[in-house]
Amino acid sequence: MIRELIAIVLGAILIENFVLVKFLGICPFLGVSKKVETAIGMGMAVTFVMALASMITWLVQTFILVPFNIEYLQTIAFILVIAALVQFVEMVIQKISPTLYQALGVYLPLITTNCAVLGVAILNIQKEYNFISSLFNGTAAALGFTLAIVLFAGVRERLELSNIPKALQGFPIALITAALLSIAFLGFQGLKL
Amino acid sequence: MSVHKDILNGIIKENPTFVLLLGMCPTLAVTTSVTNGIGMGLSATMVLIGSNVVISLLRKFIPSKIRIPAFIVIIAGFVTLIDMILKAYFPSLSKSLGIFIPLIVVNCIILARAEAFASKNDVARSAADGLGMGLGFTLALIVIASIREILGNGTFLGLKLFGEGFQPAIIMILAPGGFLTLGTILGVINWWSQRKGRSET
Repeated sequence: MIRELIAIVLGAILIENFVLVKFLGICPFLGVSKKVETAIGMGMAVTFVMALASMITWLVQTFILVPFNIEYLQTIAFILVIAALVQFVEMVIQKISPTLYQALGVYLPLITTNCAVLGVAILNIQKEYNFISSLFNGTAAALGFTLAIVLFAGVRERLELSNIPKALQGFPIALITAALLSIAFLGFQGLKL
Repeated sequence: MSVHKDILNGIIKENPTFVLLLGMCPTLAVTTSVTNGIGMGLSATMVLIGSNVVISLLRKFIPSKIRIPAFIVIIAGFVTLIDMILKAYFPSLSKSLGIFIPLIVVNCIILARAEAFASKNDVARSAADGLGMGLGFTLALIVIASIREILGNGTFLGLKLFGEGFQPAIIMILAPGGFLTLGTILGVINWWSQRKGRSET
């Protein structure tokens, strides 16, 4: 059991990194990676929501969709759960910890349309994980996202200061940087668990 | 502005991928082969037209406070429809696109057009906008997928292009190739428009 969980966690963070290998969550990856600080904030918010979403969507699938034979409503049900969850998390954080809210507040609404959240929920069901594995997979995938976005933000901070050909400034150079980062993560493919 | 101008607007002037930079995840993920690119592009086009028409019809009835959840439910409905159609009639395509079919729901292009265009314009123009944006997206996917499939696999639409001596650069159909291709294309577009701007002045 523990062996399996370690395999899931390492697999989700390094071997099948959500952003750099599976192409999930590219929009926030490119959008909020100009500064390391904001990247960490986004990563924390995503980790929080993805862990909760993995649990709740698993419960919805197992106790509502399957017993009533309405699995085809999966997409609609999951996206509603995630949208509601994000709204709820936003309200709770605002009440409980205003400082955390100030740090994460801007990013929370953006998470609804982060495809990594819906993606991990669907993948958990596809891979037939149980409740604990789903929770671990969701959290680890989000940590992988955080790792990728923080590394990328670090590189982009340096890029600001360097002399880049005019045509490549902005998005083109960011994408090419991401390609190099992705090549680095290809190295983990050889990891056997 | 006439209806066919709305269509052209989505294909060239406001191309969702190359100009607006929306919907990056499917753009990078499914462009490993041209067939996948066309399949994804047309599925997204169907969803765009459907959701734009319905949202435009309902635009006077949806209260503005809950419009985003309402839009998402409408879009998710169309995505489920497309998902079922693909599973029934194109099982191999459905398999290779995999998780990215349900993920059309969170494709920012669709929500962005619903919010920026369909909720403010009449049905005919919204349908035209959906068609134009969808075709622009499809076209962009075909361009990226062609480059990646030809360089990374030596084929186009599954047909072999080169002789035995060709060594495909496999990296182009792996993850880094997606970032690299899109980055280079955007760079070329920038270079082109900057050069055009200089010669005009």
